[in-house]
Amino acid sequence: MSATAANRDAPGIYHKAGSLRAERRWALWTAYASLGVAAIIFLAPPFYMLITSLKTSGEIANMTGNPWLVRDPTLENYEAIVFNPMFQRFMLNSIIITASVVALTMVISILAAFALARMRFWGSQVLATGVFLTYLVPDTLLFIPLYQIVGGLGLLNSIWGLILVYPTLTVPFCTWIMIGYFASIPKELDEAALIDGASWPQMLIKIFIPVALPGIIAATIFAFTVSWAAFVYPTAFVTTPDQMPLTIGVVSQLVRADTFAWGQIMAGALMAALPPVVIYAFLMDYYIAGLTAGATKG
Amino acid sequence: MAQVSLRKIVKAYEGGVQAVKGIDLEIADHEFVVLVGPSGCGKSTTLRMIAGLEEITGGEIAIGGTVVNDIPPRDRDIAMVFQNYALYPHMSVYENMAFGLTLRKFPKAEIDKRVKEAARILDITPLLERKPKALSGGQRQRVAMGRAIVRDPKVFLFDEPLSNLDAKLRVQMRTEIKKVHQTVRTTTVYVTHDQVEAMTLADRVVVMNHGIIEQVGPPQELYHHPATKFVAGFIGSPAMNFLPARLEESSGGLNVVIAGGASLPVPPARVDRYRSYAGKQVLFGIRPEHLTDDKTTDKHNLEPLSLTPEVIEPMGMETLAHFKLEGTEISARLDPSTPAEVGKPLALLAHMGQMHLIDPATDKVI
Amino acid sequence: MAADGSLAMNGGTGMRSGRANSMQRFARRRSTIAFVMTLPLLAIIVGLVAYPAAYAIYLSTLNRRMTEFAGTLNFELLFESDTFWAVAFQSCFFAITAVLLKALLGFWLAHMLHHIPDKGQRKWRGMLLVPWVIPPALSTLGWWWMFDPSYSSINWLLAIVSVPEVPWLGHHWWARIAIIMVNVWIGAPFFMIMYLAALKSVPEQLYEAAAIDGASSWQRLRYVTLPMMANIISITVLFSLIVTFANYDIVRVLTNGGPRDLTHVFASYAFQVGILSGNIPRGAAVSLFMFPILAICAFFVLRSVTRRNKEQM
Repeated sequence: MSATAANRDAPGIYHKAGSLRAERRWALWTAYASLGVAAIIFLAPPFYMLITSLKTSGEIANMTGNPWLVRDPTLENYEAIVFNPMFQRFMLNSIIITASVVALTMVISILAAFALARMRFWGSQVLATGVFLTYLVPDTLLFIPLYQIVGGLGLLNSIWGLILVYPTLTVPFCTWIMIGYFASIPKELDEAALIDGASWPQMLIKIFIPVALPGIIAATIFAFTVSWAAFVYPTAFVTTPDQMPLTIGVVSQLVRADTFAWGQIMAGALMAALPPVVIYAFLMDYYIAGLTAGATKG
Repeated sequence: MAQVSLRKIVKAYEGGVQAVKGIDLEIADHEFVVLVGPSGCGKSTTLRMIAGLEEITGGEIAIGGTVVNDIPPRDRDIAMVFQNYALYPHMSVYENMAFGLTLRKFPKAEIDKRVKEAARILDITPLLERKPKALSGGQRQRVAMGRAIVRDPKVFLFDEPLSNLDAKLRVQMRTEIKKVHQTVRTTTVYVTHDQVEAMTLADRVVVMNHGIIEQVGPPQELYHHPATKFVAGFIGSPAMNFLPARLEESSGGLNVVIAGGASLPVPPARVDRYRSYAGKQVLFGIRPEHLTDDKTTDKHNLEPLSLTPEVIEPMGMETLAHFKLEGTEISARLDPSTPAEVGKPLALLAHMGQMHLIDPATDKVI
Repeated sequence: MAADGSLAMNGGTGMRSGRANSMQRFARRRSTIAFVMTLPLLAIIVGLVAYPAAYAIYLSTLNRRMTEFAGTLNFELLFESDTFWAVAFQSCFFAITAVLLKALLGFWLAHMLHHIPDKGQRKWRGMLLVPWVIPPALSTLGWWWMFDPSYSSINWLLAIVSVPEVPWLGHHWWARIAIIMVNVWIGAPFFMIMYLAALKSVPEQLYEAAAIDGASSWQRLRYVTLPMMANIISITVLFSLIVTFANYDIVRVLTNGGPRDLTHVFASYAFQVGILSGNIPRGAAVSLFMFPILAICAFFVLRSVTRRNKEQM
């Protein structure tokens, strides 16, 4: 550009820069306002649950005044729920189910993903696509035939029936994202390991698992949250309270018609929601990596 | 330590595409051989077949006298340095170097001794506890070499090890590799697309093109006596000039009549060699460094040639001039003090003692 | 597809026929090991997904007591029932409205989040993802209590701005809106996170180049951001369409299908008919109605994902 042209444009640029700054400030203000409103709306229900859980039954029954405030905070609801043997049972069931399902899922999906990502064999392409399709099958599509199948195995009303079917919710996605993580490991790395003298199992254990550890953590978190929150299968397959996990237990057993103990229900729901929230709070980056990996990794 | 022999090696992929078309090569013990060629010439495939990372379609590879076709990589007693280093990201430098030995169940003390020794040779002792992520490109390259050295294998294989480094570091690491080889003397096969790397490192250079070997020889021989047009054009930078020409007899001697009409007499010593091509079309090859205004060197067989430059590139220690002669681009290396100007005819000298004639029918150097 | 990253070792095996050398044995053993390693996965896909899917079709052709083949009777009876058509309408209305709102809200929030300084993004993102993290059945329980007819805390807030009391779960249209609200509340953060990841992957230079070319901020969004994100938007929307269409938790906890079965979606209705009323074949028939729509969505998701992979290669 010639010097004269630059000079001619200069006032315009200065003018633009001024309005640009104002525009930026305004955009930033809009952003904070939107996010603030969204945050209030997004956090209001859990906040209200917390408020309710801290109220005495008397205060909940008193329908005057601001329901969003607690006048007389108490922990009696939490005390009642924690020492409720039924709730303890739900918690124990949830822990057993989730721990087993997570362990099963990770073993199955790491093995399968390693084979699919690195050891091509007849039909491996089809299987990889099949994994993804399975991931897209929602649980509500198959719970009726599964009800029959689980019933046929005599596993209705048993946490073992749930441990059997939950992997359909977790394994496809975990395998899928593990394939993505494994495939992103440069091929030279396994060639180097091959030359260094590693066998296939050694390569998996000493190279792939440590290198893909962030992916494995993300997949584990996913498997954990999914099996902790699973609702359709336990609702369908379990009707006796002593085999129920937390989700359905809190929703079906604590909510008894006519005698709504709202404080206790909310305390129970919050306690039940706590493990995934705690994991999320501490491992947010892995949690989000797992969430977005499905679409961005492959 | 061992020699490596390749006998009629063929690599074909599904669909019949041949990446390597039956090559023969004998690599002596302690030798440093560089496979060089453009991408897709089959050099990397050949190296990977020696490593056992690619199955051999036909022929035989022997390392130290043992045919290794059927032996998986880990039992071939080789070590390889990859282009992207392929360091294990979760292991420290020490663990990276020790990994191969650990898998082979070497005693701890022996591993420690070897790793420390290799680290000393490569000058990476202070880095041993670091993770690869915390290393610069050049340091990673050293670690990758260290991983190969500790194994004390029969053969080192290098697959374009310097391509990911910046120009300055590449030159430095090149020297480093040469030094290491002079210390450990392990038979080495080195693949690169960079002819400068090939020339500087190799005891012998193997020039490959389209899956065959064009020429094998020491660097100087390849430079001075290329066997084919490909080698002549590939070795040397800037590349050799090729001009369509005709060989004409004149009073007992021979003249090269190049495009543009200039007639350059062939040195008497070469006349007999070229006699049978008299009257035929040939390709006249001459390197830019032999088309110059520098009068201080070889006084014999200098032939004047006047050309008008289109582009002048001063490089400091020399100046490159580019010309166009009836559609053919040619270049010359000039003394930096020469007052060259675009569009102004330059009086050059062709060192006819360094010329090459190529038979256009076979692309072989006559 | 990702499964391509295998060692190209078994090329040209036929050439050395007759000699089963150890390299070949190595390769063959490798694919056997690989097959064994995928067996548990295969067992789950075949035994717990493919077989039940086929079994569902078989079940839907039986009579109520599952003693006889009844042909298409279950489907015919469903087509004649008004409830079924209400369910079909509600399912589609719910899924489309909710996904649209989630996508728009998610996109807006992602955009806003992308605009604020990097330092604060983590904090905001952390807060805004909370609805997604709480198990839906439990957070819906909280919403249920907020909608409680006798003492709705939402109505209390609305009363401040003098909005008359809303019969949230008492009237079917309000109940439908309530279900959508809860679903959007749970699902919008997911869209936000996906879009934010996509926004971050658009190279900054593209915006700079567009700005120098004279594009306004709207034009940058229209000609740079949206085309770059088209694929991820379609994947997220289609995926969410599948999940939302098949939703069960919210309806079960919030309305249980009521009032007068007008808020049932396919999943909750299938549950009602199949498990609670014990008519397994009819329930199977209801849930099978989800299949064609899900299959279409799945087809397009797969296509987008494959295309995305090709682009990235």
